[in-house]
Amino acid sequence: MAWFKRDNTELDPSGEKRVRTEGLWEKCEQCNHVIWKKDLDANLSVCPKCDRHFRIDAEARLNLLFDDAKYHLFDDRLYSTDPLRFTDTKAYSDRLRKTQESTGISDAIVNASGTIDGRPVIISAMEYSFIGGSMGAVVGEVITRAIERGAAERKPVIVISASGGARMMEGAVSLMQMAKISAALARLDDAGVPYISVLTDPTTGGVTASYAMLGDLNIAEPGALIGFAGPRVIEQTIRQKLPEGFQRSEFLLEHGMLDAVVHRKNMKSYISRALSFMQPSN
Amino acid sequence: MDSPSKQQQNLKSLEKQIEHLETLAGDNKVALDQLHQLHEKVNALRMQVHSGMSAWQRTELARHAQRPYTLDYIDRIFTDWSEIHGDRAYGDDPAIICGMAKFHDEEVLIIGHQKARDTKQKVYRNFGMPNPEGYRKALRTMHMAQKFGRPILTFVDTPGAYPGLGAEERGQAEAIARNLREMARMEVPIIATITGEGGSGGALAIAVADRVLMMENSVYSVISPEGCASIMWRDATKKEVAAQALKITARDLKELKMIDDVVPEPEGGAHNDHDKAAAYLAESLTKHLAELRGKSISELKNTRYEKFRKMGQFFTER
Ligand SMILES: [Zn+2]
Repeated sequence: MAWFKRDNTELDPSGEKRVRTEGLWEKCEQCNHVIWKKDLDANLSVCPKCDRHFRIDAEARLNLLFDDAKYHLFDDRLYSTDPLRFTDTKAYSDRLRKTQESTGISDAIVNASGTIDGRPVIISAMEYSFIGGSMGAVVGEVITRAIERGAAERKPVIVISASGGARMMEGAVSLMQMAKISAALARLDDAGVPYISVLTDPTTGGVTASYAMLGDLNIAEPGALIGFAGPRVIEQTIRQKLPEGFQRSEFLLEHGMLDAVVHRKNMKSYISRALSFMQPSN
Repeated sequence: MDSPSKQQQNLKSLEKQIEHLETLAGDNKVALDQLHQLHEKVNALRMQVHSGMSAWQRTELARHAQRPYTLDYIDRIFTDWSEIHGDRAYGDDPAIICGMAKFHDEEVLIIGHQKARDTKQKVYRNFGMPNPEGYRKALRTMHMAQKFGRPILTFVDTPGAYPGLGAEERGQAEAIARNLREMARMEVPIIATITGEGGSGGALAIAVADRVLMMENSVYSVISPEGCASIMWRDATKKEVAAQALKITARDLKELKMIDDVVPEPEGGAHNDHDKAAAYLAESLTKHLAELRGKSISELKNTRYEKFRKMGQFFTER
């Protein structure tokens, strides 16, 4: 179930950090349009020509949704202790340490509190560049704390998913995070506190099969890959090519699996409008 | 089953020492490499301690063609079995069976993955890999059990939820997710037993329970050893190493506190003696059900919540 892209920045034999030459231009993979980086940033990392939504990091997500891009981080100092002492071609503990250094965060999740159009909310945003946004004990714990805080303070909880699924290197421990988070969501639901799930590219595996599909509203950005099994696994199983657009947001919308597909520029207003429906007006 | 606890203690202390040295080693590559090798040796020793059977060997037993399946256990442990079909939305999934039965004259709901032995039946049961309607059937019958105050007993034996085109179209992920949330707040006792293969989310979707038991030679994992090997080692033949690294056996998972109890199997494995395997399982179910029956609904739900809440306290807060 868990699959993720190996990051290609590892295995630098010299041990020196490679300095990336800062590109001024970026090419859209979808329409091949070459975009001036500043234009892309100004357009919320959405291709001005074809509307393709580029992947953005957790910080950018928070800046996009919170009023004046202001928020408080919490539960941001949790570090995995490698429960299985997992080692493949190299030790998981090393992989963790390197990723922590390169991303500057402790794991693939960021909790923050702030306001959306004046309403207090809690946002838990996943970071895909941290081992494919995979969910292990830390991600499970941090999201659970966000949900529990939301229930205790009666603040709506928004989880923004971007993940390849459960983190293989934490084995069954990562599998059980699906149950743990879903149990916390049951309590949040019982408490009548809103929960909105935002699915972004990509959201697959155990993340989709738990909290990403349990929102009062499940909404996605356009063109995001969303599914349970990875497309390659499905192709191998059914031994045929998958139809065009399979497992993309629009495909899920058509099959009744999403409540809405929302353009990045409208995401905040959509959420704000939903919260107005979900919460009593003062 | 005698547990060679002394040897295990020695192993634990060795691992602690390695862990300590790792923090001292810092970025010293030579030291880290040597520590890595030591760690592998400890893993190999652990394998021997565990009654000489490797995680991969247990995986093979868990998948054994003559291993008892859910219906084999139902035949031997329960009476008055009446199957309930369909999810009332799309179809009936033969990969998951649900039904009413009596356990020592008490009404219970049974839910289980169902595998088969001959080719035609295997295809009919989809090799025990459910589609979304299987999980939805399970949930709707659970709600019926809740309404009438009947305990739920589930039997888990699946390679995983089916990774098919239709399964995705009909919301495999949503079906699994909903079960996780609803089982967490179900107002009747739930006991889940991993009888064979506990394949990832497809297994967990009927295993959020007050008690999670594992048959001695069953396995429970986030990914198959083959799948893990081909992703992490890029070599499917590394499945034995992967099986070991993933910690998928009943004992490993009991140690990690991911499950509550291990059910012994007859000499050589459950496939050798279905009657005896069923008798051992019945004994364990009787014990756990008796313990759960005394609890109030709120106590039951709170304890269940706290159990899963505590899973994965594998982090430091700096
Ligand atoms: Zn474009």
